[in-house]
Amino acid sequence: MGSTAHHDAEGVGRRDLIKRSAALGLVAAPGMGLLSACASGGGDDDPGEGGTKGKTSKDNPFGAEKGSKLDVVVFKGGYGDDYAKAWEADFSKKLGVTSTHTGTQEITGKLQPRFNAGNPPDLVDDSGAQKINIDVLYKNGQLLDLAGVLDAPSVDDPAKKVRDTLIPGTLDPGLQEGKIVALNYIYTVWGLWYSGKLFKEKGWQEPKTWADFLAICKDAKSQGIGGLAHQGKYPYYINVAIMDLIAKKGGLDAMKAIDNLDPRAFVGSDAAQEAIEAVYEVVEKGYLMPGTNGLTHTESQTRWNQYKAVFITSGSWLENEQLKQTPTDFDMKFLPMPLLPGSKLPFEAIRAGSGEPFVIPAKAKNRAAAQEFMRRMLSKEWSTLFAKQANSLTILKDGVDPSVRLRPGTQSTVEASKAAGGNTFRYLYTEWYGEMGTAIEAASNELMSKRIQPKEWLKRCQAAVDKQAKDPASKKNHRD
Amino acid sequence: MRKGQYRFVAGFLLVPVALYVIFVIWPYLQTFGYSLTDWKGQSQTFRFVGLDNYRKLFQDDVFLEAIWHNILFLVFIPVITILLALFFAFMLNAGGRGRAGGVQGVAGAKFYKILYFFPQVLSLAILAVLFNAVYRSDGGGLLNGLLIKLGLVDADNPVEWLNEPDMVLWALLLVVVWHGVGFYLVLFSAAMQSIPRDVYEAALIDGANRNQSFFRITLPLLWDSVQTAWVYLGIVAMDMFVLVSSMTQNMGAYGGGPDHHSDVMSTVMMRNFLYYGKSGYACAMGVVMLLLTLVLSVVTLRATRRERIEF
Repeated sequence: MGSTAHHDAEGVGRRDLIKRSAALGLVAAPGMGLLSACASGGGDDDPGEGGTKGKTSKDNPFGAEKGSKLDVVVFKGGYGDDYAKAWEADFSKKLGVTSTHTGTQEITGKLQPRFNAGNPPDLVDDSGAQKINIDVLYKNGQLLDLAGVLDAPSVDDPAKKVRDTLIPGTLDPGLQEGKIVALNYIYTVWGLWYSGKLFKEKGWQEPKTWADFLAICKDAKSQGIGGLAHQGKYPYYINVAIMDLIAKKGGLDAMKAIDNLDPRAFVGSDAAQEAIEAVYEVVEKGYLMPGTNGLTHTESQTRWNQYKAVFITSGSWLENEQLKQTPTDFDMKFLPMPLLPGSKLPFEAIRAGSGEPFVIPAKAKNRAAAQEFMRRMLSKEWSTLFAKQANSLTILKDGVDPSVRLRPGTQSTVEASKAAGGNTFRYLYTEWYGEMGTAIEAASNELMSKRIQPKEWLKRCQAAVDKQAKDPASKKNHRD
Repeated sequence: MRKGQYRFVAGFLLVPVALYVIFVIWPYLQTFGYSLTDWKGQSQTFRFVGLDNYRKLFQDDVFLEAIWHNILFLVFIPVITILLALFFAFMLNAGGRGRAGGVQGVAGAKFYKILYFFPQVLSLAILAVLFNAVYRSDGGGLLNGLLIKLGLVDADNPVEWLNEPDMVLWALLLVVVWHGVGFYLVLFSAAMQSIPRDVYEAALIDGANRNQSFFRITLPLLWDSVQTAWVYLGIVAMDMFVLVSSMTQNMGAYGGGPDHHSDVMSTVMMRNFLYYGKSGYACAMGVVMLLLTLVLSVVTLRATRRERIEF
């Protein structure tokens, strides 16, 4: 038989050691996440002169020097980076400036040390989950004021300034203390999407009213097709549709009431009530694609591409995101949110805005070429190149050559934004109050899963708004 | 000790201790410092706010619920994993029909041992992908597909496993247990093999049945391993970050849904830290996590302390 051990006779035994180190690990593990976050960078040197500069001319107002090199870093996400390569090839052909191209998702990892060392690239597309926040870069004096580029003559019409050729309001997100320091280049529209092929096959017409929309869902359901799909695992998507329905029903006032944290933004707002009841009708009548509430964006979008659902909610990155999964004859089409009866905004009105900030570092070695590069990004030729390569629109007004054949989805967004004209809107609470946005999304997820009713949804959203309104910091944000 | 030995030992310890201080202790202190400020995480400007963050923490329903979820995991993950692993290990080593001449495992024990260990070689990220496919909320999911084929679930109403408030924690728990059982089975079975055969044989001769030999012999002699397993599984239960953030409904960022029903402390902390920009507040959560885990590890080691038996 065994015998009892003499404890502690030989100090720390091996098993004790393992246990103790495990206990230490227990303490250490949760702390590791914070480790990296506390590292702060320093280092600074005198601001550069802008470096290389050649002769200026009418075609080259900044004097990009032939034979010089341009260091371009591009976020390689949903839009890929082929468009940037196409620009760089053209830039090299026309101006003799060759580019070193970096396409990456690790913007912070690759660039933070370079910014800190005073050796940044010349042009950066600062996007994605690992972007460096624009306000941080700005406050550290790392960003060039883009006024120079925006006031330069446009490539397409030298009589106009570049800034006058852009869709109104699209520069706003790049504003820091009155200066535009980031060019939010991509123009995104949000709404519903459907397959033109499926519509033709079934003899459906583009639904302009919510009733028509429901009728199509009903017809589809009877044929074993889901009506509406959404990317349930990310309640962001269906929430966009809900909020857009509110904005279209109640007009810009209903939208601003939410952004401005009105005590009657949800509870007591007829627009909000009718919109959420309309969405709940879809749930209640079983018009959702089965299981869509729990699917990720790729899963549900792919199902939609397989004709398992008629409509899906998304922004205009959808077509590029689904390139590989989309059948060639799918004929993807954009649809503005259908109207509830008595809506204040027209059917054509859409949520739209700019994103994907491009910046020129203040210490760029080849500033002249970078500015010239950016000026050309806002030409019709390069904007069309972008639309073709990345299947998305840019902030340049009518920025796509009509003779160019775009993919069907992108083409339909071109038409939709033309039809919308000035009738675009965009919520700002998502940018201002992340926590409130999350609470609203969580409520929407509950509603879509039939765990709460519209009344409860309104209450929960209003509670989120009221809670945010109590935060003194929210006094700083207001829109008129 | 002989003269100079201390210096010799200190020389060896210098580098690891320095690393530990710089990369573990110092960040803890920093975290504590930041937890007293309204730091927003994107620049080095912040105000000192005293204990405000801690006060808010105890009114934060989401965080309090998250603590509760961690506690649930803390109870159920170790209990279920260890019980299953013990049972399987016993069956593999001593559960076979007692034939003349001794004690042995069930038929095919070696094969099972390898089979059970398989999940352990998968990383958490792969595990998440795998079980996302299992739990997928439409007919394409392994579980739903199977249940629909069997006619147990309506194809128009598939079970949204990870979008059910009452199910999501158990679904995650199952993943952890599936992943862990194999490892602890091997751990326990190694410990069992070091228990001398003659102990069992003696018990057998005395007329002990399987249950008796398990509870009277195996378990007491395995106590050390069980204790170690408990601590390791405690670490898993207090973390859960990877699985929650990559499998559950998104609550702004880092999963946690539906409606925060699967949020754990680490996901709430990261969401506040990065997504809401409430970094000082998140640091306060970090400090609370530290204290809780500290208490937990002390309690675990104390509560399971027993006299060790050697053989």
